[in-house]
Amino acid sequence: MSDAQTTQIPVTVLTGYLGAGKTTLLNRILSENHGKRYAVIVNEFGEIGIDNELIVESDEEIYEMNNGCVCCTVRGDLIRVVEGLMRRPGRFDAIVVETTGLADPVPVAQTFFMDDDVRSKTRLDAVVALVDAKHLPLRLKDSREAEDQIAFADVVVLNKTDLVTPEELAKVEATIRAINPAARIHRTTRAGVALSEVLDRGAFDLARALENDPHFLEAHDDHDHHDHDGHDHDDHHHHAHPSDIHDVTVQSVSLRGGEMDPKKFFPWIEKVTQMEGPNILRLKGIIALKGDDERYVIQGVHMIIEGDHQRAWKDGEKHESRLVFIGRELDADRLKKSFEACQAA
Amino acid sequence: MPTVAPLDLEGHCVAAVFLDDVPHFALADGAVHRLDHGHKTVQANDGLLAAIHDVANDRLITGGEDGKVFAITAGGNAAEMASAGKKWVTGVAAGPQGAIAFASGKTAFVRFADGKTREFAHPRSVEGLAFSPKGMRFGVARYNGATLHFPAAAGKPVELEWAGAHTGITFSPDGAFLVTTMQENALHGWKLADGKHMRMSGYPGKVKSLSWAPKGKWLASSGAPAAIVWPFSSKDGPMGKAPLELGTRGNALVTSVACHPSQDVVAIGYDDGMVMAVRFADAKEVLLRRPGKGAITAMMWDKEERRVAFGSAAGDCGVIDISA
Repeated sequence: MSDAQTTQIPVTVLTGYLGAGKTTLLNRILSENHGKRYAVIVNEFGEIGIDNELIVESDEEIYEMNNGCVCCTVRGDLIRVVEGLMRRPGRFDAIVVETTGLADPVPVAQTFFMDDDVRSKTRLDAVVALVDAKHLPLRLKDSREAEDQIAFADVVVLNKTDLVTPEELAKVEATIRAINPAARIHRTTRAGVALSEVLDRGAFDLARALENDPHFLEAHDDHDHHDHDGHDHDDHHHHAHPSDIHDVTVQSVSLRGGEMDPKKFFPWIEKVTQMEGPNILRLKGIIALKGDDERYVIQGVHMIIEGDHQRAWKDGEKHESRLVFIGRELDADRLKKSFEACQAA
Repeated sequence: MPTVAPLDLEGHCVAAVFLDDVPHFALADGAVHRLDHGHKTVQANDGLLAAIHDVANDRLITGGEDGKVFAITAGGNAAEMASAGKKWVTGVAAGPQGAIAFASGKTAFVRFADGKTREFAHPRSVEGLAFSPKGMRFGVARYNGATLHFPAAAGKPVELEWAGAHTGITFSPDGAFLVTTMQENALHGWKLADGKHMRMSGYPGKVKSLSWAPKGKWLASSGAPAAIVWPFSSKDGPMGKAPLELGTRGNALVTSVACHPSQDVVAIGYDDGMVMAVRFADAKEVLLRRPGKGAITAMMWDKEERRVAFGSAAGDCGVIDISA
């Protein structure tokens, strides 16, 4: 009871292939003077050249929940480590979880929703994927994990941009955008992204999730909506066409509609996540509900779905519903038709 | 009326035990406090994760974030028993002939009284471990079941399978049953003679505290608004029988249970810090301590069956005297 009153510690999940720059970014998080203390959960102490009692080594341990749902997996080791860390909460302000290059980000994220103890003390802040601009095309050819990591990310740090030509970079970025239209992309060298862009993002915080991204799924699909404070605006005219990306199996389905009938929309989203849950990696949306003065935001991971009122609609703001599914084997036509059928008459 | 001698500490209490009749409170920062003619402290692990009372040797075995295992005896002696390296020691157990076991990552270690150590590698993490009361045998809770090792012999381990993540483990006092806590809100049990399964489910929360009643006739558990007490007196354990539900409260969850050493009575600690004693026969309740600052995390009765040491997640610990 008293525990519930203590604030939940934010958790950032760092994914990315070996060599993408995770260790560089971690070292910066641990050593830069940002006034915050981080507990870091790693798979191997490995190359982190910093002696810090708050670096915890943990063996990735994926547990299927015994509820008949194959996508309901959690990281058992994280449950244990987070429980241990949270018994002495005064030592740190936030937690960073580094995953192995081949790690599936889904069980990591689901741990923070499915385990009551973990959920009561911590909250998932954002999933950050480090991507090696040079090697991504190769990674996408030989593994599904690289694609999953991008599909699942809230923030993509497109690193080692100095090793590719502007044309290659534009193509890689278009690929990332094709996999995940909802993520923020930062182009960097030596993982040199501002730490405020990867830490304390509140990407899973329903109230904040879409405030970070005012252009979330805006009507003009060809508008490049990455990183408006980035430095590479001059590259924008290089538009790689997604159709020449052969190695992508993840797709996204972006839906747009008017005001929704809550009596139709909620049963629909419930049914979609129940039926299509295993194929849905992430979903995010802003929903305009008929007769409701507030924006309703919704997000999900596989079959886990959360929604809440975010804020009042502003004067003159268009009451529009926007929803994106990122996943595999999604029937775009059916989703679109059934979504549109939920619109209020 | 029971009286409470409080000891207000800072931090999460991992273990509350009596060592040579002196109450000791081990906190998550590794400090072990005791009420021995005044408040005294000894530092053991740098970060305490697991602790168990070694009844036979009247000592507290601890494992921690520093990868070390300590044995704490009355009078404030903390002796380092083993080191597993940089990884956390997440589980400890005390066995016969002074043997102790501890878990670090995917390895279970047994340290014999003479200081020799044996390693038992597992394909997955060693989640929990406990010695059998009979013979040199210990069990490991793991993903999809439990493994029984015989550390003094060369034989193969015995594998007990049940789908799901098993996080904690205990043997019945007669060694006939093995019970695990699970990641899901349930217990699983095996009758060791024939491997028969026992499913004990229906908890609204995870079960984190288990305690056997005298002679192993009952197993009390946390994880519900009442202490759930399973009957183990028949040869097939609790199968087909309903458990007792003792000390039911509408607005609180049981977080810790400790059975009385000789009578069918259980001390029940709740998430609001309240402690009650409840008799099995008629479910009669006696309030031992009013709600406090944090959830009760640890309790133990003394040998005279007169006092209960308790600790909480918020550090408000103490000793209840029921004889007053």
